[in-house]
Amino acid sequence: MGAECNCNCQADSSKKIDELLSQYRGNPNGLIVVLAAIQQDNGYLPKDLMIRVAEELNVPLTDVYGVATFYTAFTLRPRGRNSINLCLGTACYVKGAPEVHDAIEKELKIKAGDTTEDRRFTFDVVRCLGACGIAPVMTVNGEVHPRMTAEKVSEVLSKYE
Amino acid sequence: MATVTLTIDNQKVEVEQGTTILEAAKNAGIEIPTLCYMKDINAIGACRICVVEVEGARALQAACVAPVGEGMVVKTNSELVRKSRKMTLELILSDHPQECLTCLRNTNCELQALSEAFGLREVRFTRGAAKSATADDIDDSAPSIVRDPRKCVLCRRCVAVCEKVQGVKAIGPINRGFETVIAPAFDQNLIDVNCAMCGQCSLVCPTGAITEKDDTEKVWAALNDANKEVVVQTAPATRVAIAEEFGQDPGTISTGKMVAALRRLGFNKIFDTDFSADLTIMEEGTELIQRVTQGGTLPMITSCSPGWIKYIEHYYPDLLPHLSTCKSPQQMLGALIKDYYPKNAGIAPENIYSVSIMPCTAKKFEAQRDEMNDSGYQDVDVVLTTRELARMCRNAGIDWDTLPEENYDDPLGMSTGAAVIFGATGGVMEAAVRTAYELITKEEMPDINLTPVRGMEGIKEATLKVGDLDVKVAVAHTLGNARKLLDLIREGKADHHFIEVMCCPGGCIGGGGQPIPTNLDVRLARIAGTYQADEELPIRKSHENPAITDIYEKYLGQPLGELSHKLLHTHYVPRGVYRKPEGLPDGGSEH
Ligand code: SF4
Ligand code: SF4
Ligand code: SF4
Ligand code: FES
Ligand code: FES
Repeated sequence: MGAECNCNCQADSSKKIDELLSQYRGNPNGLIVVLAAIQQDNGYLPKDLMIRVAEELNVPLTDVYGVATFYTAFTLRPRGRNSINLCLGTACYVKGAPEVHDAIEKELKIKAGDTTEDRRFTFDVVRCLGACGIAPVMTVNGEVHPRMTAEKVSEVLSKYE
Repeated sequence: MATVTLTIDNQKVEVEQGTTILEAAKNAGIEIPTLCYMKDINAIGACRICVVEVEGARALQAACVAPVGEGMVVKTNSELVRKSRKMTLELILSDHPQECLTCLRNTNCELQALSEAFGLREVRFTRGAAKSATADDIDDSAPSIVRDPRKCVLCRRCVAVCEKVQGVKAIGPINRGFETVIAPAFDQNLIDVNCAMCGQCSLVCPTGAITEKDDTEKVWAALNDANKEVVVQTAPATRVAIAEEFGQDPGTISTGKMVAALRRLGFNKIFDTDFSADLTIMEEGTELIQRVTQGGTLPMITSCSPGWIKYIEHYYPDLLPHLSTCKSPQQMLGALIKDYYPKNAGIAPENIYSVSIMPCTAKKFEAQRDEMNDSGYQDVDVVLTTRELARMCRNAGIDWDTLPEENYDDPLGMSTGAAVIFGATGGVMEAAVRTAYELITKEEMPDINLTPVRGMEGIKEATLKVGDLDVKVAVAHTLGNARKLLDLIREGKADHHFIEVMCCPGGCIGGGGQPIPTNLDVRLARIAGTYQADEELPIRKSHENPAITDIYEKYLGQPLGELSHKLLHTHYVPRGVYRKPEGLPDGGSEH
């Protein structure tokens, strides 16, 4: 396992995290508390910090990663300021969501599940949002954009900084 | 101890309080099927294959975790139970690739066995859109074992062994729900993490989701190449296990049959790793005497077990100077097979293809380490596990039962009882003591059976009077037990002179490449076979092996001499657990 971190993070552990890590040194029971603090501090769990948690709390890294991927409260990648959810449920799918999907990827130059380099957007795909009547549906920060088309993508996204 | 009386399938059963329904039924001769359960190691009630009906209980109970109760009435095979088990199995199979015919575990798979026992004739469900692992998720990055998450039933037996027995936990459950897979952290490849390559996970996996990396094709190709002199060596622990693959009892000694089988497969020369086990004793014994008399790093720890070596490189790189610099017997013989043997036989070393038959998956990793090229070539080209050799024999249609007993070839085939016992925990220690005692005192050892270091206890200790010196020794098997001794060393509290560590439970006889199943009873039988083989041999001390005397006289010179140093000794690499340790030079063990 290399020492280098390839998740593009620049996250330095804050003083608070350092204190928590030393408070729970050698104590696996502190795992969730420490991870929650890191999540809050950074908005996600940077890889190098997860490795430090494993080392300092004396928890196998598989457990740290297992917990980090089990609870939805934890995210492994930095989130953008704006969060796009595109529905790929059946109704949206047949009404053209795949084209919208491709258009978003092209516009933002990222794949679904990722965040843009400038952290402006995170793009995720979801299943049926229960709004099939206005398919294809996209939400940005919870705001609903009905009857999306590939052409509308650029304009809609330009409203979010 | 208080006892409890209950009724299982109309039989009255009396058992100790706290017993599980599963164990109680077993006492009464009733086998309840299980999948995730593994005695003493994994009882998590996860798979629900073992459900039984308990009168008055609201739901079916998982027999592997449910304790018995006074007056309990249990039905292990009612209509309800059978339907539930079958449904559970069908759900497991709903996203299982049904590739039995081409699967490494075909005919030795617990999932197959359950389907057969339950009389399953169709699988009614498919997972549809739910995400499952695909062929892209197969991890064959490591030379030792392959993970195929498609075939994983999430029983977590591998995780339990890796964590509780080996203290490593290189793999664990990640993600949740349908997306759960058993994998290293960050879904990394096994070769990039702190896995010891011991293969204990492949021994306990009920399916083909973790297997040895099958290298038999490479060996077939070499055997078919008329320009190659294909030379093979067989490890001590293989001879008391391979017969199990052909339906014989665990512990059956089949040295001669194994040699005959190898000859029929077409190997040109059949040598014995036991020869280099004797050689190890000469080198390691001399090294120990030198360290004791000249103030070297003590305790000295054995270095025969490559899973153990990788573990200490990851977890205790600061303690590498404690390791003996001796290569493992496999690598000692590998170097001789491409250096001494071709010189002796007048063959070009580049035409030699060196194969070894090992009880061990970590040996596959060891053979391809950068350090293992002292002959000028890769000393061992391919390592096959006991399971793979058996596979080749079946492939070639060899009838094990009618095989004659044949002998190893000269000059690297002669060995002693001291070498055979390398296969069992405590064996290297016992073999070393048999020789060190006599070399130091120049007297015959009164009783060469060092029984305190034999058997399945996790850590064994003994103090022996050798001349004026009280020699204190310790023996550990499994990495979990090794860790306890290493912590003592770190704290400066270990006053031993010599410590033997074997990576696998029971030693090599319980190695990750041995026939499946390998459980406690099987291990004990193989250990018994090992000591029986020792007693049956005419020479039982390494220094009395005439072939050993011969190779020192004619070639090597003396133990720890210049040529020995070049061919038979090595150095180690500090790896760290999750990142490379700072301040420790590569090869830092040279003292
Ligand atoms: S793991 Fe078992 S059930 Fe699955 S394909 Fe292999 S043999 Fe068949
Ligand atoms: S090979 Fe050994 S150390 Fe590696 S995952 Fe399997 S049990 Fe754990
Ligand atoms: S890899 Fe094998 S032992 Fe491990 S959880 Fe999957 S099926 Fe069980
Ligand atoms: S399928 Fe998209 S909202 Fe239902
Ligand atoms: S064997 Fe009992 S729940 Fe799996």
